[in-house]
Amino acid sequence: MVSIEFKGIRQGILVTLPDAGEWATIQADLAARIDSQKEFFRGANIVLQVGKRSVRRHELDSLITLLEKRNVVLTGVLSEAATTQGATRKLGLATDLDELEVVSHRPADVPETHAQQPTAAPAMNSEVQGADAVLIRRTLRSGNNIHHHGHVIVLGDVNAGAEIIAGGDIIVWGHLRGVVHAGANGGLDAVVCALNLEPTQLRIGSLISVSPAKRRRRPQPERAYIENGQIHAEAWKP
Amino acid sequence: MTGRVVTITSGKGGVGKTTTTANLGVSLALQNLRVVVIDADIGLRNLDLVMGLENRIVYDMVDVVEGRCSLRQATVKHKDYPHLYLLPASQTRDKTAITPDNMRMICAELKEDNDFILIDSPAGIEWGFKNAIAPADESIIVTNPEVSSVRDADRIIGLIEAEEDPVRSWLIVNRVKANMVRRGEMLSVKDVVSLLAIKLLGVIPDDDVVVRSSNEGIAVTGKTREAFDAIARRLNGESVPVDTYENGGSFFGRFLKLFSN
Repeated sequence: MVSIEFKGIRQGILVTLPDAGEWATIQADLAARIDSQKEFFRGANIVLQVGKRSVRRHELDSLITLLEKRNVVLTGVLSEAATTQGATRKLGLATDLDELEVVSHRPADVPETHAQQPTAAPAMNSEVQGADAVLIRRTLRSGNNIHHHGHVIVLGDVNAGAEIIAGGDIIVWGHLRGVVHAGANGGLDAVVCALNLEPTQLRIGSLISVSPAKRRRRPQPERAYIENGQIHAEAWKP
Repeated sequence: MTGRVVTITSGKGGVGKTTTTANLGVSLALQNLRVVVIDADIGLRNLDLVMGLENRIVYDMVDVVEGRCSLRQATVKHKDYPHLYLLPASQTRDKTAITPDNMRMICAELKEDNDFILIDSPAGIEWGFKNAIAPADESIIVTNPEVSSVRDADRIIGLIEAEEDPVRSWLIVNRVKANMVRRGEMLSVKDVVSLLAIKLLGVIPDDDVVVRSSNEGIAVTGKTREAFDAIARRLNGESVPVDTYENGGSFFGRFLKLFSN
C-alpha cells in the first residue's frame, strides 16, 4: 500500500496523497483505508493534499462518488498544479484551507491533532511513546459531538444526547450519560472510564452495550473494557 | 438608563415560555421597573393573548422593521400595569421577516428608557430562536421536570454556550408537582439543576390557576404569583431563598392541613 497520511485539522481531516503512483491505485488504497476505519470517517469532511500531481476533473469526480458511498464529504483539494486547481474550482470545492469553515462538530477549543504516523520500529529510547489525545475542559451537552482518531478526555459531564467517537480510549472526569464509542477503528483493547458510568449506549470496537436499567444508589468510578468478547464494567481504582 | 435584555427560551414547545414571560413582566412592573416584553414568535403570536392585550394591537414588530411606524407607536401599554409594555409579533408574516440585526437595533433603542426587555422566544433551535437570542444580555431557560424538556434545555444551553460571546443562562423549573416529586415519579428540581448545571433562578409550582388566568388574559394569582415575584426580585439582584415547592407548601401549611383532615 502506498503511503497515505491522515491528519486531523480544524476543517476536518487532511488526507495527503503520495506524489507518485497511479490515480486508480491511490483511490483504491484510500477507499480501503476508509473502510478499515468506517466509524471514524463516517460523516467526516476531508481535504485532499495532492502536492504537484495533476488531477483531472473526471478523476476527482470518480473519487467524490467513491467517498459519497462511504458517507465522506470532500470539501477541498490543496494543490500546486494549475490543472488540479482548475478542476477543483470547476467542482465548486475549496483550493485553500482558509475558504473552509471550521467543522462544527469539533469544538473550537480542541487543539490541532498531529498525524497518526505509522509506527516505525521503536527507537531505543527511555521516553514513553504517547498516543494522540484531545482534552475537552467543559461539559458536553445534548447535540455536541466529538470525533477523534486518538483518545478523548473530558473534564466535565457528557450529557445524554452528546456523542463521543474515539479511535482510542475515552475518559470522562464526570458523569457519563451520552453515547460513547471507544476503539472505533477496531481497537478491542480500548477502555471507557468515568466517575459515574451511565451511558445511553457504550460501544467498544464492534461491541455494543447499554447501562443496566437499575440505578445504583451510590455511583462509583467505573471502567468498561472487553473481556472474552463481552463488554464488562468494573470499579475504576488506581 | 441601560436596560437588560433577557431572552426566555426552552428548545421544547409548551413548557411555559409565554406564561413565564408575561407573568415575569408583571412581577417586574409591580416593582416599579419599566418593562417591555417582546413576542419573537412571528406568525404564531400569543403573548398578547396571555396578557389580554390582543384588541389593543395596531402595529407590530414587522411594521417597525419595515418602517411603517415608529417603535413607540408599536409598543402597547398594559391596561393594568402602567410600567409594562408589549411589542407584539406579526401574525400575518413569518419569521424570515425579521433578522438578528433587526432585533439588536430594536433592543438597543428600547434599552435606553427601560429597565428590562423580556423576549419570548419561539420553540425550536432555528431562525426564530436565533432572532430571539441575538440581542440578549442574559437568557432564561424554562424547563419542566420531565426528561424530554430537560434534554431540549440541555441542547439550547449548549447552543448558547457555543456562541462567540456566550450570555449567562438562568434556569426556571416550571410545573413542579409536589406530590409526584415526593412519590419519586417526577424529576426533582435538584436532579434537573445537577444535570443542566446552570444557576437556578426559581421554581414555579404546577397550578390550575395558570391555565385559567392565561385563558382570561390576566396575571396569575396565589402561590404562582409569589413564585414569579420571587423570581423577579432575584433577577433584579436581590437575594431571596428559592422555594422548590416540593414539600406541598410551608411547614406551617402542612401542619394546618394535618389538623383539618
